[in-house]
Amino acid sequence: MMTPDLVIEAKSLTKRYPGGKVAVDRLDLGIGRGEIFGLLGPNGAGKTTTILMLLGLTDVSEGTVRVAGFDPAREPLAVKRRVGYLPDAVGFYDGMTAFENLAYSARLMGLDRKDSRERIAAALTRVRLSGSADARVATFSRGMRQRLGLADILLKRPEVAILDEPTSALDPQSTHELLQMIREMKADGMTILLSSHLLDRVQSVCDRVALFNRGRIALIGSVPELARSVLGGGYAIEIEAAGEGVVETLSSIQGVRRVTREGGHLYRAECDVDCRSAAAAALVGRGVSLLRLAVREPSLDAIYTHYFEGAKDDKAAA
Amino acid sequence: MTRRQREGSPWTGFSAVFLKELADHLGSARMRVLEWLVLLTGIAAVVAAIQDFRANSGQDPFLFLRLFTYAKDPLPAFVSLLSFLVPIVAIGLGFDAVNSEFARRTLGRVLAQPIYRDVLLFGKFLAGVATLTISLLALWLLVFGLGLVLLGVAPSTEEALRALTFLVIAIAYGAVWLAVAILFSVLFRSSATAALAALGVWLLFSILWPILVPFAVRILVPSELDLAFGIPSMEQLGLQLSLSRLSPNTLFGESVLAVLNPGTRALGLVFPSQLRGAIPGAPLPFEQSLLLVWPQITGLIATAILLFAATYVVFQRQEVRA
Repeated sequence: MMTPDLVIEAKSLTKRYPGGKVAVDRLDLGIGRGEIFGLLGPNGAGKTTTILMLLGLTDVSEGTVRVAGFDPAREPLAVKRRVGYLPDAVGFYDGMTAFENLAYSARLMGLDRKDSRERIAAALTRVRLSGSADARVATFSRGMRQRLGLADILLKRPEVAILDEPTSALDPQSTHELLQMIREMKADGMTILLSSHLLDRVQSVCDRVALFNRGRIALIGSVPELARSVLGGGYAIEIEAAGEGVVETLSSIQGVRRVTREGGHLYRAECDVDCRSAAAAALVGRGVSLLRLAVREPSLDAIYTHYFEGAKDDKAAA
Repeated sequence: MTRRQREGSPWTGFSAVFLKELADHLGSARMRVLEWLVLLTGIAAVVAAIQDFRANSGQDPFLFLRLFTYAKDPLPAFVSLLSFLVPIVAIGLGFDAVNSEFARRTLGRVLAQPIYRDVLLFGKFLAGVATLTISLLALWLLVFGLGLVLLGVAPSTEEALRALTFLVIAIAYGAVWLAVAILFSVLFRSSATAALAALGVWLLFSILWPILVPFAVRILVPSELDLAFGIPSMEQLGLQLSLSRLSPNTLFGESVLAVLNPGTRALGLVFPSQLRGAIPGAPLPFEQSLLLVWPQITGLIATAILLFAATYVVFQRQEVRA
């Protein structure tokens, strides 16, 4: 059953390395057009192997893949013409300038000279490197290299961009810039698959994520969906309040499951519905001075930790 | 539906890789060092030879060819220098061809462009051969020019043809060593290891092989004649010749000898009966010399192709991730 607007589709995709190590184990994945999809998991979970199989850069042991409607193993050129790839810790020819590096890529893509000149200029402007076009890449910082890697993708004008650990080893400022550029690429209609082991950083850009562990997808869905299924759903409310009997007051509100004091004036309530107003009313009614009230967004980190701790416990029990 | 046919031209991207690698080679500091090395030693050998020629102006009908083969102490002949230096230049050009792409982490990015993997390897190999051709041609023209100016003798057509054949043989010889270097650059991830391994093979064939072969022959084919009088038997000599021809250096040496020295009538064993009726020292025509070394030349080219094929197989199976 083929869904027409799936750009990347993998069915029971498996990669076995010689020696019996299974890097990717019966992976099923479907990524829709225009989506930013995050492949998240610890190092060695099989993220890069999956990406290389999607690009046809490594053999598939079992299962099927289709990227932009083509099979990467049989029609690698068709796939590579439509997919841009930013490898983990991307490298460039250090002795050449940024422009020359991109010009080499453009020649490999088969662009003619005039077309490539325009595209390179546009791509460098997009990633804010037009001022360094004629500087040797050896002088570039990590963040600049990463951005040049994005320019390398933009040059191709692909349907799909695959970014392997785009934010690793970047400072917060560069990470922010890079994620902003990824959002811009999505706005252009590109489908983006990115992998990362830094969950909270990519959470903000991903429409959907897949949590990866030991070659398998453990969880897949949007961040709120995952939160509901893993953290038992509901909301976590943070309350800062000075006064007596805060825990009792909060516990008596309908829909609140559990209240914990996190130290000082800080309390935390887990509830099934958003009961901020009820909590505020009850606390103020008791004469407690309410200092702060906030819903805590479910974080991928929490989901991830919670899920894999659970998985570890299961394993220990078994 | 197993479609074995590849889509698109297998040459997609070849010219891009070839031109980039050629530009890298020609512009690199390494290449400049190697060129000066070859240039200075080559000129020294030829100039020394010319000085001698002037002193005792011989009646050699192939005076021009003697430029290439004449050795004046303490300098070796131009061809001997080349047989020594061409492998070093070729190894210098090829030892980090592929592993440097891994080290710089550019391989994944380049292979994600719409090209086949073999194009990268083929482009690198041919760019190396082209670089060798350019430098050897320049050197060859220089020797030719020096000969014209300093000797004041114009080469005959036959001499020019023989010198040209010598150039082709030298390029084929360089291609063999380039293929060795690129093979090691695929096998070893560290370029230093690859360079050492390639130099090791070069040492083996240029120095150790000629010493080892007679020993190996005595062990493999013991002969009473040899044990009693120290005279090798026919089988021993035959095997020795075959073994020594496994070395590209032998193939190069033999073919150059026959091409540049028209008096050479045979390479290897000759019985007096076979020489009956021959005029000693009479030169062979060019076609006959060429016929004589045809196996050697094809052997060199075939070795380069085989080595390249082996490299290709290893590279295709290699994982892209570092």
